[in-house]
Amino acid sequence: MLETETRSPQIRPEDPPGSQPDYCYPPYASSVLRAPSQPLVVLPHTLSERTGPVFGHGLLQPNDNDLTAQHAGQPLGERMLVHGRVLDEDGRPVRSALVEVWQANAAGRYLHKVDQHDAPLDPNFSGAGRVITDDQGRYQFRTIKPGAYPWGNHYNAWRPQHIHFSLFGAGILSRLVTQMYFPSDPLHALDPIFNSITDPRARERLIARFDIEKTEPAFALAYEFNIVLRGTNDTPFEEGKR
Amino acid sequence: MSLPLSGSQTVGPYFSIGLLPLCTEEVACGAQGEAIIVEGHLLDGEGVPVPDGFLEIWQADGSGQYISGKPASSVGEAVGFGRIKTGPDGGFRFKTIKPGAVPYDAERLQAPHLVVLVFMRGLLRNLVTRLYFPEEPSNLTDPILQLVPGERRSTLIAQAGSKPGTLHWDIVMQQQEANAKPETVFFAW
Repeated sequence: MLETETRSPQIRPEDPPGSQPDYCYPPYASSVLRAPSQPLVVLPHTLSERTGPVFGHGLLQPNDNDLTAQHAGQPLGERMLVHGRVLDEDGRPVRSALVEVWQANAAGRYLHKVDQHDAPLDPNFSGAGRVITDDQGRYQFRTIKPGAYPWGNHYNAWRPQHIHFSLFGAGILSRLVTQMYFPSDPLHALDPIFNSITDPRARERLIARFDIEKTEPAFALAYEFNIVLRGTNDTPFEEGKR
Repeated sequence: MSLPLSGSQTVGPYFSIGLLPLCTEEVACGAQGEAIIVEGHLLDGEGVPVPDGFLEIWQADGSGQYISGKPASSVGEAVGFGRIKTGPDGGFRFKTIKPGAVPYDAERLQAPHLVVLVFMRGLLRNLVTRLYFPEEPSNLTDPILQLVPGERRSTLIAQAGSKPGTLHWDIVMQQQEANAKPETVFFAW
């Protein structure tokens, strides 16, 4: 399919205050020199913004959706199923969306040369997965619960347990990279990355819900994590109605 | 129904664990057109190279069409898309073709451009910018460039590189000093 239509470009309404992080959030020290100082220029969404790459199941390798089955043995840690739906702002499922995830192992160590945390690597865990959403926008993958880990942002800084998510939606500006957190983690209140989203309701949306219905008896706990991406504005909204 | 968007979080320092499979230097994936190589550096507010970042490119083909419908089975089939990691020196390099003009609306065209998304450790939400081409007369009438203050437009236009067929374009996250390299224009989207 070639994208050739010429709908008039539209300006998106601003995000509600606090629902997205500011680029410069000094409690997260690394943001200070990497945030723009000049005002951003508001970009009308043209064909360039409304289109984007589409990935198919051919991209996926066996066990890309099962991070516990990528090696000869089972990884250490608490097995879990993570599932959810990817929707757009209008509540429509985002179909065939590529979801890429990465995480630390159960000891809180990443399989990455930059990670110098003195916790063991797990020879049976790489910590990377990929899935593509189905026609209802659903995805699921199996993994182990990542550990919390220390980092150098400030004295005695620890990241809460989390899984990194990267998603492609209907257009290139639907791109989202975020992190999924776990319920009742005492580190939430202390974490500058989590708290860079200043609206508590928006932070709450990044915390997965423990899901007893999907929990697999005698095998794995389940968590539900739903994600909302920017749509491509297929149904133009009327001025002032959003 | 209007659902609130999920909040963005940084990619952190370890993104290559999950994002490496889609990294590529080849954006055009065989599409026909004028071949170019784009090289540059990603720099922070003190001019220090950013070694732990990546770009994502999205662009039209040589005739100005976005190839968006056929699901790609590999990044090598994703025509017009590329994810490019910066190196230890903050440098990036990719090969592509100069895209054709794409419509702005029913009457007007946009000048050839690449959509560029910027991600890195320390950046809490990805940024969006554009790369335009040097010596391109249609830049003067491009509707998006006209939205940018005149004195800042040059940050969106690549320069001819040292070799034929190469373009040089740095991305500067922040300008602290008046005589430092100017901050790249980023868009709110």
